[in-house]
Amino acid sequence: MSRLAARFVEFKQSGHKALIPFITAGDPSPDFTVPMMHAMVTAGADIIELGVPFSDPMADGPVIQRASERALAHGMSLRRTIEMVVEFRKDDQITPVVLMGYANPIEAMGYEAFAIAAENAGVDGVLTVDLPPEEAQDCAATLKEHHIDQIFLLAPNSNVERIKKMDALGSGFLYYVSVKGITGAGHLDTDDVKRKLVDIRANTQIPVGIGFGIKDAETAKVISGLGDAVVVGSALISKIEANLDVPEQAKQEISDLLNAMRVAMDNKN
Amino acid sequence: MTETSNLYDMPDERGHFGPYGGLFIAETLIPAVEELDHAYKKYMTDADFMAELDKDFQHYVGRPSPLYHAERWTRELGGAQIYLKREDLNHTGAHKINNTVGQILLAKRMGKTRIIAETGAGQHGVATATVCARLGLECVVYMGAVDVERQKLNVYRMQLLGAKVVAVESGSKTLKDALNEAIRDWVTNVDNTFYIIGTAAGPAPYPAMVRDFQSIIGREAKQQCLAQTGQLPNALVACIGGGSNAIGLFHPFINDADVRMIGVEAAGDGIETGRHAAPLCAGRPGVLHGNRTYLMEDDNGEIIETHSISAGLDYPGVGPEHAWLKDIGRAEYVSITDDEALQGFHALTKMEGIIPALESSHAMAYTLKLAPTMQKDEILIVNLSGRGDKDMHTMAAREGIEI
Repeated sequence: MSRLAARFVEFKQSGHKALIPFITAGDPSPDFTVPMMHAMVTAGADIIELGVPFSDPMADGPVIQRASERALAHGMSLRRTIEMVVEFRKDDQITPVVLMGYANPIEAMGYEAFAIAAENAGVDGVLTVDLPPEEAQDCAATLKEHHIDQIFLLAPNSNVERIKKMDALGSGFLYYVSVKGITGAGHLDTDDVKRKLVDIRANTQIPVGIGFGIKDAETAKVISGLGDAVVVGSALISKIEANLDVPEQAKQEISDLLNAMRVAMDNKN
Repeated sequence: MTETSNLYDMPDERGHFGPYGGLFIAETLIPAVEELDHAYKKYMTDADFMAELDKDFQHYVGRPSPLYHAERWTRELGGAQIYLKREDLNHTGAHKINNTVGQILLAKRMGKTRIIAETGAGQHGVATATVCARLGLECVVYMGAVDVERQKLNVYRMQLLGAKVVAVESGSKTLKDALNEAIRDWVTNVDNTFYIIGTAAGPAPYPAMVRDFQSIIGREAKQQCLAQTGQLPNALVACIGGGSNAIGLFHPFINDADVRMIGVEAAGDGIETGRHAAPLCAGRPGVLHGNRTYLMEDDNGEIIETHSISAGLDYPGVGPEHAWLKDIGRAEYVSITDDEALQGFHALTKMEGIIPALESSHAMAYTLKLAPTMQKDEILIVNLSGRGDKDMHTMAAREGIEI
């Protein structure tokens, strides 16, 4: 069983809901990332999603686009992102790390070379926004050989047939995109999410993380009642963007927000 | 005429041209492209739809466009008989309208009320705004901020036609960024919005669908060439950005193995400088904007900025069918620098009294090289994909003239 799957089994047994923060590797600068990852774990994160910077992030809103641009300006790349996981693993062998990004950097490196490097670094899962099940067979098979979960996105307009496809090919968890739109979008409707989760649960046993539009402790609590995990990204990166000259302040604000989410999610009342 | 025994039949059911093409998009868009794929496959064999398309081609676009024997230029170059396929004479001044007329008919049949598009030089934006005005549909065109600046005239045309032009400030602020932004809009407004992609690229079914609408160019050229000369052409030349005018000319000839097909990419300052837009000549396969194809990228798979005097060719990818035709050796791909393109521009203007678009000038420049190497009884068809009116400011600035 993969580290991700094992953690979700534990969580399920204890009724714990996972908190998954997302930051872009190398934003605002490369030396920020690994200490921030450790600080997020301290603040209550269970799994970390590390964004791989890409020049053309088509599914991302302006906040994450700018994070990618800042990271690329520092010479960040998929290889350097993997090196950061190596660094992180020196002090943390428990917290699963998921790389999230776009297909082309992986294509450029080659599936096999990427899978080997990621496995050696201690990467647990890979989420590739523009690699739906239709095109993911080869990549998913290669990752599986190297004990890495391929994580797929589900959208509000994904039908039952598609949920079954993700169930067959995906592992680790499924990432439910709670709104039709780009990252950082508003208008999260919890009733819609609740209805869709019924469909999803009926067709897969894979744990479900919910993301897009989760900005504060209150939303995190409500959403954690619906899925197995809550993913928060743009709200954290906004803190980085607001404190570009004072990264320590960004680190503090991100920790505070995650801590507030953790407390709210753990409070069962 | 030689027919190959295995007739070319691409793409496969899932939109692949060998390893190229495919469906590399976010999950939210999958239902939208599936709906489009269904409509495209249904209507392309629907007699009423095709009759309406033919009618629009004839009476709105002004088809067939002439196949013009450029006799003076032919004599001057002293080689092949040069024929120009006059897509510059279409309504709105370029081949782009063939595709937008087709896609808007599909959008109408699918009940979509809002149209979005990306544009580089602005020709596709104008062609989209035009068909939207005609049908009274809301139209939003995404255009890189750099292109908005260098193609002001087309921005104004789109606005006159009632379109909202959004200047895209992210990334390199050119065509690829306009595409990213259009995709973001589509993801957000997927229920009521139809995305009219302007070139034969993107997720399936766009590459095949745009090719099918643009293939009117090659079908007409074939008939016209046979009628005027009694034979098939020996070679076809067309410029390539995304490659829709080229695939439109080439496709009906793919099974005529003796017809050479030559695509001309933009070499910008020169391939050796790295400042160009020639992924087929100097790039490698990767994934961008919904398909696998040749791309301009660095060793890390990040897309690199392209350079061309022509906004319409300033794109780091290319349609996946060209990638396949290159790999199987059926088509040849060459490149022409900015300076050479200007020579092509002036040559056609002075020799034939036709001012070509800077994009098409790349095909003209290659004609300057190719025609003299061919025999006088050989026929060369060059796609004159658009007219140069939109480029007057760029040309004047380049030559130090104030208008």
